[in-house]
Amino acid sequence: MTDAAELRRRTQELLAAHPPATTERVDFLKARFDAGLAWVHYPDGLGGLGAPRTLQAVVDAELEAAGAPDNDPRRIGIGLGMAAPTILGFGTEEQKRDFLRPLWVGEEVWCQLFSEPGAGSDLAALGTRAVREGDDWVINGQKVWTSSAHVARWAILIARTDPDVPKHRGITYFICDMTDPGVEVRPLRQVTGEAEFNEVFLTDVRIPDAHRLGEIGDGWRVAQTTLMNERVSIGGMRIPREGGMIGPVSKTWRERPELRTHDLHQRLLKLWVEAEVARLSGERLRQQLVAGQPGHEGSGMKLGFARLNQEISGLEVELLGEEGLLYDDWTMRRPELVDFTGRDAGYRYLRSKGNSIEGGTSEVLLNIVAERVLGLPSEPRTDKDVAWKDLAR
Amino acid sequence: MSTQPDLLYSEEEEALRAAVRDLLTDHCDAAGVIARTESDTPYDPELWKALSEGMGLAGLLVPESQGGQGATHREVAVVLEELGRAVAPLPYLTSAVVATEALLACEGDETAKLLAGLASGRTVGALAVALSVGPGGHYKAVRSEDGFLYGELTGIADAAVADVLLVPAEDGGLYAVDADAVTITPQVSFDLTRPVATVTLDGVRAHRVGAAEPAVRRALRAGAGLLASEQLGLADWSLTETVRYLKERKQFNRPVGGFQALKHRLAQLWLEVVNTRAAARGAADALATGSDDTDVSVAVAQAYAAPVAVHAAEEALQLHGGLGMTWEHPVHLYLKRAKADSIAYGTAGAHREALAGLVDLQAP
Ligand SMILES: Cc1cc2nc3c(=O)[nH]c(=O)nc-3n(C[C@H](O)[C@H](O)[C@H](O)COP(=O)(O)OP(=O)(O)OC[C@H]3O[C@@H](n4cnc5c(N)ncnc54)[C@H](O)[C@@H]3O)c2cc1C
Repeated sequence: MTDAAELRRRTQELLAAHPPATTERVDFLKARFDAGLAWVHYPDGLGGLGAPRTLQAVVDAELEAAGAPDNDPRRIGIGLGMAAPTILGFGTEEQKRDFLRPLWVGEEVWCQLFSEPGAGSDLAALGTRAVREGDDWVINGQKVWTSSAHVARWAILIARTDPDVPKHRGITYFICDMTDPGVEVRPLRQVTGEAEFNEVFLTDVRIPDAHRLGEIGDGWRVAQTTLMNERVSIGGMRIPREGGMIGPVSKTWRERPELRTHDLHQRLLKLWVEAEVARLSGERLRQQLVAGQPGHEGSGMKLGFARLNQEISGLEVELLGEEGLLYDDWTMRRPELVDFTGRDAGYRYLRSKGNSIEGGTSEVLLNIVAERVLGLPSEPRTDKDVAWKDLAR
Repeated sequence: MSTQPDLLYSEEEEALRAAVRDLLTDHCDAAGVIARTESDTPYDPELWKALSEGMGLAGLLVPESQGGQGATHREVAVVLEELGRAVAPLPYLTSAVVATEALLACEGDETAKLLAGLASGRTVGALAVALSVGPGGHYKAVRSEDGFLYGELTGIADAAVADVLLVPAEDGGLYAVDADAVTITPQVSFDLTRPVATVTLDGVRAHRVGAAEPAVRRALRAGAGLLASEQLGLADWSLTETVRYLKERKQFNRPVGGFQALKHRLAQLWLEVVNTRAAARGAADALATGSDDTDVSVAVAQAYAAPVAVHAAEEALQLHGGLGMTWEHPVHLYLKRAKADSIAYGTAGAHREALAGLVDLQAP
């Protein structure tokens, strides 16, 4: 088995053969992928070495110390966090070979064509159709809230291939080429003023059957892998004390005593404690993963962070007083990434409202905790054995 | 802070938990605890004997060379989780943790003898500082004259079962006093399972064991930090028991636990319990390793765990409906303990105030 020492050796080898100072960024990243040091727990030949996931930290630390470029994971979050594990789990050998390297290197950005105007929390109710024509599937429908669609080269897409069976069973999972002429991306402006997400109209988009991920009709199960990874990728990150949103507000408190009030002091201390405890919970989750005893804590992490981010950023705006009445810029931009720390408090306040909606709303996550973790009964269902086409809409 | 605290339970700690839980399952059922609160002996001497003499758990914090087990605060925390889960009426936190820590800060032959007694569980000790005082708080000291002590102290937890009291005096000393030599008057306590008493010293002969200030600070810090584990146990029982009940209890032709309004409240509570576990382990590990971060870890754990334990017990009572309001149902024991715990060794607010200084978030 590949251990820490072996990984350190391989990392030094990579650095010797491709000195970061004199190597093009993309070339270095490609070499890193080919050396199996991209995500060490992935299989040989697919950017990994089949090593324990936790050893990635060893590689990352060595590379950071050597000043090596990283693959800008924030910009390619959907690809890394969601598309990649799904392709790894359900893709053909060819799909894995074709997609994983440019995805990891960051040459190709991915987006997620899941939500629709009529299907958000009830994602399995989606209506975008995929009809088989020869070796192709022809897609028609509309997606919405699609983050990064304007910069994406590929999308993970779920569409209905069989309307005659109950909703969860008639869905198939595809990889969609965003440069296809039938794909139209329109910006959707957000509360922050910018357009991070989009509407996506799909008109006679032709997807080759070779870009189907998983079996026909098995798309819901494949999508579960995507959604699970979406939530897990949030928890389990090692952050230092004051590493999250509590950082900037604590800094302002220390540097600008004239802004302090007793009421804000009490609230700040309370939130500081909660942020520190949430950080410890994340650390505990990470230690459980390392010890190979994954718990359910991950499902809770996103819930906790969403509320904390919202409360802390709300406090921060108030703390700023007169400055809190201002906003840095309302221009409609189409950013490549969500930048919480590079913008001002007003932006953080508004953008954090999305934290309890994106990736499953807090209400839906509470249902998941209640049913899967606590084992409480699910709501009575009226859609279980009804064909999708017969459901009331 | 370069190293992260170890927040998991080791295999040995899990084994310890199982052993304590077995003992409590057999000897500390809710009906028995309730009956005992109405008797003259709120504590269970048999259970105490089994835990201390049988399993050696009173001496966990005492080095082997001094008659203890030489374990750490991590193991003590696990014991306290289980005692909290059972609202066990035992002077464990007060004697095996707080009084023991106070003596560990002192020296001398007399101290060693006292410590060995506490470690064996044959002697029960109590620090004569009001239960409500936090690690940085002001505590009352008694008058001392030529080795004799005079004064009255109130709110002393577990004084009623103590054999020896550790009393801070105005001369800066910490004195060991034989419980038989003082007047101990039980107060009517809100928490029936950890009653408080008034201690009156009327010219009592006392032996100085060391300086009061460092001993009391050390004792109260450990008490506050480890209390979070007891609070975790209380909260965990409240959640688990409520979930169990609501899966069975039917109204409107459905299990009540299937209604989303309740599911969301329980899921929220689960999240709070998960967080409390991380905070409590953080404090226990910091105390065990003597980390530089101990003061912050303890304050964070207390500021977070205390309101969660109260919230959990309050939710448990509400969601049990009328049943939760009865004397027969044990939920009131948990509510009373949780509420009293929220004052014990400093309130959440006091710990937040302490943090303001520790992490440089000063008041206006
Ligand atoms: C910033 C942002 C980025 C996003 N990016 C993407 C993306 O890249 N790709 C993508 O596919 N989607 C994306 N989404 C969409 C997101 O996943 C959905 O918005 C979300 O799942 C909720 O669906 P909805 O908006 O249709 O709300 P609805 O499902 O209509 O919900 C409306 C309200 O009802 C509540 N509700 C719904 N069902 C229940 C229930 N069973 N019990 C209790 N309450 C319930 C919800 O919590 C919510 O408060 C993004 C959303 C945001 C805000």
